[in-house]
Amino acid sequence: MMAQEKEVDALTGTETTGHEWDGIRELNTPLPKWWLWVFYVTIVFAVVYTILYPAWPWFNGYTHGILGYSSRAAVRDRIDEMAASRAHWVEQIETTPMSEIVNDPDLLQIATVGGRAVFANNCAPCHGTGATGRPGGYPALVDDDWIWGGTLDAIHTTVMHGIRNGADPEARMSEMPAFGADGILTPQQVSAVAEHVLALSGAGPDNEEGAQIFAENCVACHGELGRGNNELGAPNLTDQIWLYGGTKADIVHQVTKPRQGVMPAWNTRLSDAEIKQVTVYVHSLGGGQ
Amino acid sequence: MSVAVASSAVGPGNHAGFYEDEVIRKFVVATMFWGVVGFLVGTYIAFELAYPVLNLDLPWTTFGRLRPVHTSAVIFAFGGNALLGTSFYVVQRTCRAPLFGGAALGNFVFWGYQAFIVLAASGYVLGITQSKEYAEPEWYTDLWLTIVWVAYLVCFVGTVMRRREPHIYVANWFYLAFIITIAMLHIVNNLAVPVSFFGTKSYIVWSGVQDAMTQWWYGHNAVGFFLTSGFLGIMYYFIPKQAERPVYSYRLSIVHFWTLIFIYIWAGPHHLHYTALPDWTQTLGMVFSIVLWMPSWGGMINGVMTLSGAWDKLRTDPILRFLVVSVAFYGMSTFEGPMMSIKAVNSLSHYTDWTIGHVHSGALGWVAMISFGAVYFLVPRLWNRQRLYSLRLVTYHFWISTIGIVLYITAMWISGIMQGLMWRAYDSLGFLQYSFIETVEAMHPYYVIRALGGLFFLIGSLVMVYNLVRTVRGDLRREAAFERPRAAVAPNAAE
Ligand code: HEC
Ligand code: HEC
Repeated sequence: MMAQEKEVDALTGTETTGHEWDGIRELNTPLPKWWLWVFYVTIVFAVVYTILYPAWPWFNGYTHGILGYSSRAAVRDRIDEMAASRAHWVEQIETTPMSEIVNDPDLLQIATVGGRAVFANNCAPCHGTGATGRPGGYPALVDDDWIWGGTLDAIHTTVMHGIRNGADPEARMSEMPAFGADGILTPQQVSAVAEHVLALSGAGPDNEEGAQIFAENCVACHGELGRGNNELGAPNLTDQIWLYGGTKADIVHQVTKPRQGVMPAWNTRLSDAEIKQVTVYVHSLGGGQ
Repeated sequence: MSVAVASSAVGPGNHAGFYEDEVIRKFVVATMFWGVVGFLVGTYIAFELAYPVLNLDLPWTTFGRLRPVHTSAVIFAFGGNALLGTSFYVVQRTCRAPLFGGAALGNFVFWGYQAFIVLAASGYVLGITQSKEYAEPEWYTDLWLTIVWVAYLVCFVGTVMRRREPHIYVANWFYLAFIITIAMLHIVNNLAVPVSFFGTKSYIVWSGVQDAMTQWWYGHNAVGFFLTSGFLGIMYYFIPKQAERPVYSYRLSIVHFWTLIFIYIWAGPHHLHYTALPDWTQTLGMVFSIVLWMPSWGGMINGVMTLSGAWDKLRTDPILRFLVVSVAFYGMSTFEGPMMSIKAVNSLSHYTDWTIGHVHSGALGWVAMISFGAVYFLVPRLWNRQRLYSLRLVTYHFWISTIGIVLYITAMWISGIMQGLMWRAYDSLGFLQYSFIETVEAMHPYYVIRALGGLFFLIGSLVMVYNLVRTVRGDLRREAAFERPRAAVAPNAAE
């Protein structure tokens, strides 16, 4: 059954090699010309490319290529180029106080456009694109409801040092006690004060006991009327804007075991000019004071 | 007459008892089983990317743990079983020799390989991983695979040595290159020092950029020798058999075999363009990838041109259509690959979904489609059935999975190129135009389309499983033979 004879395939008119395996035979078609030529062209390309660029290793190094290319140098050049193109305004942003930047239309434009880019790349994952905030303790920065203050300087401080991050000694600090978890209030009292908190923003009926507990435990930070205190980062409880949600269960949770939101310090990650720009940008979003 | 194929075709007369076929039946079942598992997990994680809630907030079901389950299931479990099974079938027939080591060794390889898969996948879900892409299994699984692989090599080479044919058929060169190279890659890339004898954790001996280079030398050649060379072995047997035509060019098969083998092994650094890898290494990775283009295409030419003079069979034979279209996808992705290795292109494509699209045009289009074709070919023969239960269902499978592939790769092209362009966009003042999160938001619709593509592919594979189960049970669907569209238009069609 083994045909070791060469024969001509009827359909193509090409000779076979004469071998056969399990009924499979092979034609002896020559290499397609175009195939061979493209193959040669790729080889020539490869040779030329390796002459131009760093390529062949050798005992004491490698061939550097006649173009003198190095990817590190290329990156450095591009970064320098970018820095040079920005240099004139970066310097202006650095040396001009923020209060003047916001009054100079040109600088304001540069600062807000640049600030938007800084924000999008660094802040948006937590604060949301467009700074509209995210559930779970990430405040919106587009409204005038400030936890730590909405003046240029207050925002600048918040961004520079962050909040409760344990890394920057100048970070914004203040911790709401865990009234429930630490046994300062009984669950029944927590429930009563939670109802009072809801009543503060008109979201439910008030109760005498809750108001009493609030006055004894909460006003030191959240204020007599529950309007909050920027010095202590205590949110306004009367405006129906919530970090952690506005149902009774959310508030019971917060009073029982506060979450203590954390934001990193940016002075170690962003340049001074970038922090100024992002501050001006955040300030310009609608709620700046 | 060069077509002597019919003599060894289907039927109980097919050397019953001479060849070791029982173990091949097991491999075929395992191929389909793991295929469905792999496609299912793949589709699920595609939906996870589109809808992150599907991560379920449980460590075991996060994308990070399920992704290697998917990749290992499709590459090593589905692809691996297809390769091992077909190689045992092909080597016996083309050498006219029964499997070396017989049922005992064959079964050891089979069960040993399944044990490897289960060990690996269960580890991933529990968070046990080396964190090397496509080489995630920890040291104990690696050692076990090494033992199984050596047994496989012995089986295969032993059979070749026993052959009753004067020459070794080209499919076997490709299979052998695959087996030997994978052994080498596996061992070198996985050299590790276990922390303790009874613990799962180990540390790789390579460090820093050398580790990265070793990893991508391995990773790229897993593509080259597992997913290319091995599957070219399948192509060289099943296409001529199914088409009943001689292989197009013996000379081309020699030249493209040796060039492929010699050049592939150097192309790995193109996975590390613009990294800490020295420039000279990057250059070599790139130019070898470009030179690799024609050697890769040699396989495509030989596969497709084997149909010369018999093109009409594509109309009536859906199995052949699977086999040939797979080779077309192979050609497409082996053009795309060298192109993406060019540094200027790579600076756009790297780290984007384009890469994922590229991989899947190869994985779904080439590897899976050719495996489907081979399994459709094998099942009636291995179970001694007259034919498949239904050729119509094969046609449906073909179209459903083709639609799936097209949805998948076009979605990834668009999303990948868009992602790359958004990353590098600067505005007039020199600020980055988009944030990372904005690019992720922009990709969402394409993630959904991709997941739907995967769903199509999965459904197609279920149609296949149904068809095969009915075939094995001996059922024959009563269906009209494929009408030849040609007959309908031919003026002298007299039917
Ligand atoms: C890792 C998440 C995270 C990132 C990133 C982040 N922030 Fe914050 N930020 C917070 C949290 C949480 C708070 C609220 C903390 C609290 O409860 O007081 C906050 C508060 C603020 C506040 C105070 C809001 C107020 O009402 O007083 C400002 C201003 C602010 N962030 C600006 C920024 C800017 C600008 C960036 C980017 C440079 C940024 N944040 C990045 C988490 C983050
Ligand atoms: C030491 C100061 C302090 C005291 C005392 C204090 N709080 Fe707070 N409270 C805070 C701070 C700071 C936050 C913001 C926590 C954060 O950002 O994670 C806060 C947040 C809250 C919130 C969540 C607001 C939102 O927007 O989701 C509620 C509700 C609240 N406090 C209620 C109370 C009640 C009720 C009491 C008294 C039982 C109380 N707090 C006492 C400092 C205080």
